[in-house]
Amino acid sequence: MAVSPFRSKQFMIPFCISWFVWISVHQLALYQMGLDWFSALTDSIISNTLLIYVSMLLITIFRFHLPRKQGFFNLFIWIVLLTIGWFFINEWVTGFFLKDNQPYQSLMKNTWPLRIATAFLINGCVSLIGYAYYNWKERNEADKQRTEAEKLTRDAELYKLRQQLQPHFLFNSLNSINALIGSRPAEARNMVQQLSEFLRTTLKKEEQQWVKLEEEIHSLQLYLDIEKVRFGNRLETHIEINADAMKLQLPALLLQPLVENAIKFGLYDTTGETLIKLKADAENAQLAITVENPFDAETSSAQKGTGFGLNSVRRRLFLLCGRNDLLQTEAKENIFITKVLIPQPMELSQPDITEHQL
Amino acid sequence: MNYKVLIIDDEPLARSIVKECMEQHPQLQLMEECSNGFEGVKAIQQHQPDLIFLDIQMPKITGFEMLELIEEPPHVIFTTAFDEYAMQAFEANAVDYLLKPFSQQRFDKAISKWMELNKTEPKIPTEHLLKEAAKNPMQNERVVVKTGTKIKIIPVHEIHYLEAADDYVKIYTAEGSFLKKQTMGYFEEVLSTSLFVRTHRSYMVNMQQITRIDPYEKENHVAVLRSGVKIPVSRAGYPKLKAVLGL
Repeated sequence: MAVSPFRSKQFMIPFCISWFVWISVHQLALYQMGLDWFSALTDSIISNTLLIYVSMLLITIFRFHLPRKQGFFNLFIWIVLLTIGWFFINEWVTGFFLKDNQPYQSLMKNTWPLRIATAFLINGCVSLIGYAYYNWKERNEADKQRTEAEKLTRDAELYKLRQQLQPHFLFNSLNSINALIGSRPAEARNMVQQLSEFLRTTLKKEEQQWVKLEEEIHSLQLYLDIEKVRFGNRLETHIEINADAMKLQLPALLLQPLVENAIKFGLYDTTGETLIKLKADAENAQLAITVENPFDAETSSAQKGTGFGLNSVRRRLFLLCGRNDLLQTEAKENIFITKVLIPQPMELSQPDITEHQL
Repeated sequence: MNYKVLIIDDEPLARSIVKECMEQHPQLQLMEECSNGFEGVKAIQQHQPDLIFLDIQMPKITGFEMLELIEEPPHVIFTTAFDEYAMQAFEANAVDYLLKPFSQQRFDKAISKWMELNKTEPKIPTEHLLKEAAKNPMQNERVVVKTGTKIKIIPVHEIHYLEAADDYVKIYTAEGSFLKKQTMGYFEEVLSTSLFVRTHRSYMVNMQQITRIDPYEKENHVAVLRSGVKIPVSRAGYPKLKAVLGL
């Protein structure tokens, strides 16, 4: 809601001055037409005070409702009605003071069309000013909202980019390669290739894309191999994929965060050997993926604030499939199980389509 | 003169690169390699090293949390891959820090910087460093304490109240109390002010534990906790308490 102009000094000062000038001119005009000072002043004050109310009413209406296209005709009718209403109320109120004033009454009889026309013009002008003011405010507001939205999008994109690069993972991998170069150059070379291929696949993928499970498994394997080099024999993985499931589809970059989460709690936050299990099956034409990792209840419960990092996956599944129950988690003693169900898109029945936009 | 050195890092290859760089400095004698903070605490007590190379992100407890558990920490050169929050802490308060992957030259520079410092100040207090590091939102959700040889991680929301005891702070939870060598000022800065209020020079209380506030003697009050424990509220603490409770 825009701020009312009646609260701004910049508006109120000229507003008051113009009305003061107008009241004086009005009074002077009546005096020149032969009325005495008292009746000229009384009429000027009463009729103009009423007119000020009308103009304030008009401006307040604009605050809540700015007319568009056909609305202008309605506005015109409103101004006419308000002007006529103003005329009769004015007649009635001045009657209390100037009923028996003969010169005044006869002047009124001769000049009423002029009065109505002037009042109509004034109300029209006030409407124009009010309309211009609120229109300008509204535009400002819209501009501000747009720049804010643009900034948010930019921030989100930057965040996404940084997430994709995973600086912590990247620099640690580079450090491992650095260590391998001296002692085991062949392994170093292998790791450089794996890391490059992994980065390329993650950067290439669009989030809206659906991909076959086998493609995702490929880049996942690269990722896990790199982690195995970093952590030596601490990490063991067990991947079991049903042949039917291999051909099923899932949104790109959905599996990666699940496994990263398993690595974060299962490997980064535990000591000793870690077994991470991944299972994929076709269940009622849906793709069912289960990830299992050990975790330390004591340390990870203290980090609950981070929500186990799965919220974004749940959110994406909701946006894509409109269901909130596709991702389920369960903690059994010190094993954390994440299960995700992925309904298949309709076009799957056409075998020639491997990738499509949602 | 030989110096005793420890390497604490959870990645074996990361440790090996530090070892490799150390070969150029025969005066540095590697006592032990540790792959997490628990091993680190033990090894520091056992060897009393002159210098440690310490990673930040490690299993269970971070490098900073490990330092908090040591009475008089040795000089530390941090080795880390990427940590926005830690950088700020290092800038002013650490001997030096090495960003992985680092070069032999950079490593040599860190060592000579340390040698210089070692001549004048064999020990530097870590209080500022840890306070700065604790500004990391990930860090101030839990408090790590040592009970005997065991290390315990307490989520902050499980703390009922804190009591000053000489050079220590006593942390009360449902399971009992734990001592930590820290000042009340440290906790006042680190623990979230919406959850904890310093009601008294020697007390800090978890707001969610308070059931009521009673007047006590002339102008003082006591806060009564769910457990029935009464915590003194000083004249200065009372308005703070009222403000947080929205009274």
